[in-house]
Amino acid sequence: MKQTLLSLSNLSKQFDGKTVLDSLDLEILDGEFITLLGPSGCGKTTLLRLMAGFEHPDTGTITLGGEDLTHTPPEKRPLNTVFQNYALFPHMSVFDNVAYGLKMEKRPKEEIRQRVDDALAMVQLGEFARRKPHQLSGGQQQRVAIARAVIKRPKMLLLDEPLSALDFKLRRTMQVELKRLQRELGITFVFVTHDQEEALSMSDRVVVLKDGQVQQLGTPREVYERPANLFTARFVGDTNFFAGRVDVANGDDTITVDVFGLKRTFPKPDFQVAAGQLLHVLLRPEDIRVLAPNDDDGVAGKVVERNYKGSTLDSVIHLDDGTEVLASEFFDEDDPTFDYSLGERVKVSWVDGWEWLLPEENTETELEGAVDA
Amino acid sequence: MSRWLPRTYLTLVYLLLYVPILVLVVFSFNDSRSGYAWGGLSLRWYEALFNNRAMVQAMWNSLWLALSAATVSTVIGALTALALHRYRFRGKQVLNGMLFVVMMSPEIVLAISLLGLFLLVGLQLGYVSLLLAHVTFCLPFVVITVMARLSGFDERLPEAARDLGASDFTMTRTVLIPVIMPALLAGWLLGFTLSLDDVVVSTFVGGPSYEILPLRIYSMVRVGLKPEVNALGTLLLVFSLVMLMLSQWILLRSKR
Amino acid sequence: MRSVMQQPFRTAVLVLVWGWLLFLVLTPNLLVIGASVMTRDPGTFISLPLNLDAYRQLFNPLYLDVFLHSLYMAAMTTLICLLIGYPFAWALSKVPRQRQMLLIFLLIVPFWTNSLVRTYALKLILATNGLLNNALMSVGLIDQPMQMLYTEGAVIIGLVYLLLPFMILPLYAVFDDLREDLLRASHDLGAGRLATFVHIIVPMTLPGVLAGVMLVLLPAMGLFFVPDILGGSRNLLVGNVIKNQFLDARNWPFGAAASIMLTLAMAFLMFAHRLSKRRIGEEGV
Repeated sequence: MKQTLLSLSNLSKQFDGKTVLDSLDLEILDGEFITLLGPSGCGKTTLLRLMAGFEHPDTGTITLGGEDLTHTPPEKRPLNTVFQNYALFPHMSVFDNVAYGLKMEKRPKEEIRQRVDDALAMVQLGEFARRKPHQLSGGQQQRVAIARAVIKRPKMLLLDEPLSALDFKLRRTMQVELKRLQRELGITFVFVTHDQEEALSMSDRVVVLKDGQVQQLGTPREVYERPANLFTARFVGDTNFFAGRVDVANGDDTITVDVFGLKRTFPKPDFQVAAGQLLHVLLRPEDIRVLAPNDDDGVAGKVVERNYKGSTLDSVIHLDDGTEVLASEFFDEDDPTFDYSLGERVKVSWVDGWEWLLPEENTETELEGAVDA
Repeated sequence: MSRWLPRTYLTLVYLLLYVPILVLVVFSFNDSRSGYAWGGLSLRWYEALFNNRAMVQAMWNSLWLALSAATVSTVIGALTALALHRYRFRGKQVLNGMLFVVMMSPEIVLAISLLGLFLLVGLQLGYVSLLLAHVTFCLPFVVITVMARLSGFDERLPEAARDLGASDFTMTRTVLIPVIMPALLAGWLLGFTLSLDDVVVSTFVGGPSYEILPLRIYSMVRVGLKPEVNALGTLLLVFSLVMLMLSQWILLRSKR
Repeated sequence: MRSVMQQPFRTAVLVLVWGWLLFLVLTPNLLVIGASVMTRDPGTFISLPLNLDAYRQLFNPLYLDVFLHSLYMAAMTTLICLLIGYPFAWALSKVPRQRQMLLIFLLIVPFWTNSLVRTYALKLILATNGLLNNALMSVGLIDQPMQMLYTEGAVIIGLVYLLLPFMILPLYAVFDDLREDLLRASHDLGAGRLATFVHIIVPMTLPGVLAGVMLVLLPAMGLFFVPDILGGSRNLLVGNVIKNQFLDARNWPFGAAASIMLTLAMAFLMFAHRLSKRRIGEEGV
């Protein structure tokens, strides 16, 4: 079992009367790769800046390994930051940028040289030591920023959307590289992003934030497959929400829910249910099966959109009751019935047991999660 | 449009701009006493210049004034720019506006208004009054130069420095000042030149106790021709050329 | 950043800056306004009672003539600067980038050179037995020297020579910003060269023109040393009048009133400049 490294408790922060963080609690474990995920304005960057010490919370405490850091200035914290646009010192060479932290510690010259060389080798920039930041590409600047931040062997590395300025391909490469670095260095990484795919693919744990509050904390898999609420479900990946009504709450283990007039039995969810209650049945597009119109199973509808995506075929199906369904199916070359045309009538079904149930919520959270990632 | 027409035109205008200066330089080496006919090569006017004690004194006075005015205006201007860039405070627009007014208002208006002030408070006209006046008209130029640099300044840089263990003071010394240094130098050089060149304001707020070069030249050239002025002008030209190249070099070197 | 610079520092900076500007900008300007409505006094320069005599004196035919003549010379200076500067800035903006920097450098070298000395250099050329007359006589265009120095023309030449870079630089800035695709779009939509010039280039460069006018017209009324060196006593500028009133005639209220006129002219030009910028969607400075 991993130990808690950084613990945030009851953190609140307001800017000009606007609440950015709202009594937030969070425990970050030693050695993990944890991602703060949320739309812009959710408080993730503020949270990171509180950890780094650039801002101070209005209330609450930050402790690192039991030591209170809440009001420690940034230069006295054993944490380092990789900034969004790298913040490399433009007047210093790559070497001097990376050496900066060690110079502040007044390390002997020889040690500084050795450690900077090592750090640059680690990010494969050994031969660029004499260059100035503006002579490097975006990806190279990114590596310098990382080398500069890890050279002091911080207990924790804070990364503020570090990949957002890179193009798609480079971002992929850097994602892999960051994971490798984190494994090699064994440092706790706190990674801020608004890109849910990035969050899911890199993290040990994901913190979903909205309005300065933690919406969900869990492994990528938990967050994706078992979202804690409608916001998380909407923000992380595409989701179909089907309206359901509890038909029978069968004692302890299962409930029967009426979806599109079909009676389905589910394991009892971890929220209170009573007969007649409305709830959401969530299905990811890849859980949806599109069937022939004469199939016994499923709900009837008509294909209104189809997009060829290379490895999958994504379609939108308009059910007869007006519900729109997103379906994403992997190609099966051998299945002749796989393809269908626009306007074609089909039936929609899903794999039993892949549904996820969420209770009805007050509708104020409407579509706020629909931020483009 | 064909290419030679614009080129010829540009060349022609540059010629017009430079002919008088060339004439001045050439005639500074003229041995003849009449300032118009060529009488052979000589350095006699340079000699005469340096034998003129009052002239040399005025030169030193001017240099010292320009040096101090440029330095004071750079310090105040840089602080002003930092304050404007960084702080939110009441009357920021008014402050900006006042700087703009100083920059745009005709020099002569600034000159008489300062003269009025100095007489009102009983300040004797001399070095101090000249310094106050020169700093005032240099100030907006320094502020603008430094502001331009700061507007491209990444707010994360000071944070990065603190994050890596630099104290507030160390951050200022190792990051903030080096990054805005080119602007400070450019602002300083601009102030230095403006001060050295100023005639209008100095005519009003200067006093006999502290004679400076432009005023001395002014009294010389008002009547007739003085060949020493050719020599002096040439020296000033070389001097400003060196200063200007220095500032351009600094700016180019700092271009990111 | 707010935490980086501490409060005492902030207070010190703001006090210093405000103090400087209030004492050396606001107060002096208020003094000038005050002086302009007071009465001339040979001993203390100004005294009560308050009156508008100074402003009335501005319309005294004697001075009105000088002012109008100064305005005329300033307007001619501005016009000549514009006529030389507009095509110059245009041509400059078409030069390859690297050479452009050098050319701009060459343009500001004179600006960094003492303006008195440069005015004096013109004197060498324009004098009766100066270089220009000698040259013209030696090629036989004229057989006796022309009177060039101490004329209205000499003053205008001097002003143009000193102020031309101030016209060119703002014009260059607008031409540099003028995107080539706008012109192509105009041609593409069927406009000829003249139509493109009138409908696209002129409005787009108007802020530069007005900025240039602002930077040339007002100094052209204030640079009193130019007529002193080149113009003789008949071609005075407003600046000469103000200077005489303050330093020689000791009529401060009148000098102050004249300088307020100049300031008002400046305010008017700045207002026009703002309007022209807003028209093409840029924030005025």
